[in-house]
Amino acid sequence: MSVTQLQELPKSPGVWSQAWMRLKNDRVGMASLYITVCFIALVLLALSGLVAKDWQKEVGTPFAPPHFVGKILDGSQTMAIERVAGPNVDLSDIDPLAPRYQEWTERASKYQTVTTVKSDTLAFGADQQGRDVLSKVIKGAQVSITVGLAAALMATLIGTVLGAIAGYFGGWIGDFLEWVYNVFTAIPYILLVLALAAVLRTGPLMSVLGGGVWTVVIVLGAVGWTGIYRLVRAEYMKHRAREYVRAAEAIGASHMSRMFTHILPNISHVVLVQLSLHVVSFIKAEVILSYLGMGVPLDMASWGTILVEAQSELVQGKWWQLVATTAFMATFVTAFALLTDALRDALDPKLR
Amino acid sequence: MLPYILRRIWQMLPTLLGVILLVFCLFKFFGGDPVEIMAGLKSSPERIASLRAQLGLDKPVLEQLWIFIKQVFTLDWGKSWTTNEAISDIFATRLPATLTIMLPILILETILAIFAGLAVAYVRGSLTDRIIMIVTTVALAVSFLVYIIVGQYLFGFVLGWFPVQGWSNSTWTNLATYAPLPVFLAVLVSLAPQTRLYRSFFLDEIGHDYVRTARAKGVSENTIMLKHVLRNAMIPILTNVSVSLPGVFIGSFLIEVFFSIPGLGREIVVAVGRSDYPVIQAVTVYLAMLTMVINLVTDVLYKFVDPRVVLK
Repeated sequence: MSVTQLQELPKSPGVWSQAWMRLKNDRVGMASLYITVCFIALVLLALSGLVAKDWQKEVGTPFAPPHFVGKILDGSQTMAIERVAGPNVDLSDIDPLAPRYQEWTERASKYQTVTTVKSDTLAFGADQQGRDVLSKVIKGAQVSITVGLAAALMATLIGTVLGAIAGYFGGWIGDFLEWVYNVFTAIPYILLVLALAAVLRTGPLMSVLGGGVWTVVIVLGAVGWTGIYRLVRAEYMKHRAREYVRAAEAIGASHMSRMFTHILPNISHVVLVQLSLHVVSFIKAEVILSYLGMGVPLDMASWGTILVEAQSELVQGKWWQLVATTAFMATFVTAFALLTDALRDALDPKLR
Repeated sequence: MLPYILRRIWQMLPTLLGVILLVFCLFKFFGGDPVEIMAGLKSSPERIASLRAQLGLDKPVLEQLWIFIKQVFTLDWGKSWTTNEAISDIFATRLPATLTIMLPILILETILAIFAGLAVAYVRGSLTDRIIMIVTTVALAVSFLVYIIVGQYLFGFVLGWFPVQGWSNSTWTNLATYAPLPVFLAVLVSLAPQTRLYRSFFLDEIGHDYVRTARAKGVSENTIMLKHVLRNAMIPILTNVSVSLPGVFIGSFLIEVFFSIPGLGREIVVAVGRSDYPVIQAVTVYLAMLTMVINLVTDVLYKFVDPRVVLK
């Protein structure tokens, strides 16, 4: 075949560019992609400290309401204290502390105090300590989305590697991994999560992990890999006898190379969809775990820990923190879930 | 049938052994030192030594594993480390409360979701269908925690239809007074995902030829949906119910903690907080056993629901 003939052949687009074309035609998918990208950008900004860095600063009065609600008048009236008329009575001869007043004033003047003007209303209101709800929710988005993504990445990694080994090799190693899978799925998911959380709280790993966000990531990731394992294993069993894999074997590709450079790209769409499905479920799981006291520590803001505070606030009629957090979380989770659906449709057109 | 069941039980043994091994190793090698948890950091060497001997911690690991296996099969887990209550007592006293909440939830949500799913599947593609799908997608994105916070505030505090929380000793009072709010909220929340799921089960069936044949020979739509489609979709429905059945026995952790219901779920959460290992270990092992049994029963039930199923 001559070179000119080759050039005349239409260039066939790859799997990913085809999927991208299909995704671009999906209006809902593109809209959710934009929202997701915005949230990821927000997370990155918060991570780098450009946004919501001062979320712990008390910038408002306690429970300052949002702007549009306006300052809440609670009925108590404030008024200026009346100045005492007449000459100030000199008590210095009977006041035992009088000689030291001068000294104390001097000492006090050495310390600088900053008077912050606490605003009565904030864009999204303030919490009990007067912290800005907006920056708190953004900081919470950072922690929650990071936890969800990291745990999903970990679960996907474990599930893919184990599934690849079990599906590709089969035999005794496949049987062994199948046994491990059966054991993990025999125990109800939430129970295994709690057992692992209990162990990590007190065990020797506690000093390594420090009981923070990473504990949650490890708990969720180490328990949540089973579904991905099952799917990846099935895909590998299907692919390992295909001709392109046999051809790779014929030219001397090693097991590793066949597993991860030949087969893996061909099933990566399955893995990608599973990854994003797990992000959503882990973000929701973080909220529940934080409420049960096994998630993100309470001094960090995550959507879970904010919602824990919101419970007692609601009874006092302070609804803004609950509403702001729920709105942020619902927007992100809906967008991400719709994006996952669109991805699945785009990557696997045979599905329907 | 009997050889099948016996073989399945035989196949359960390795899995059960795996569960026991997993739980044992998890707590043995990754958990904290039991003596430290029980006796605290400051205690006399004699007390530490006696505790070690009591718990069998001075024995070799294999012998400890054997003790653990014996505990599983003799149902004798000793006493809780923190409250000194016998583990079997904890199960016996906490399970009724959990079942009082969870059984109504399971029954109600299954029945409601089947009918909602049938209805939505019947009008598939219409505006109603699409609106319901959008609403369920958004409803799914809001955390369960938000629903119960707002639900308790609205129905318990503002409207005062239900007590905010509470529990009594009489099952009847519990069912009539304290259970309705948590049950109502849990069913409300699970209805969205369940309806979507059941809709997809029914949609799979509606496309089949037998539905068209039934329509062609003039069978009424109600009969087609309730008799033909529903019976054929029984297998995925049964699978779905059996997946959520083990959860009935551990209860919804969130609901029990939130509404202060003295059930097994809250007990587990408290046990995790106090590092009360025997309670967690016992619940994990027995729930795994129960899950395996439920899976077996489900597989056998498939045969009764759908005679085409061959058990092998």
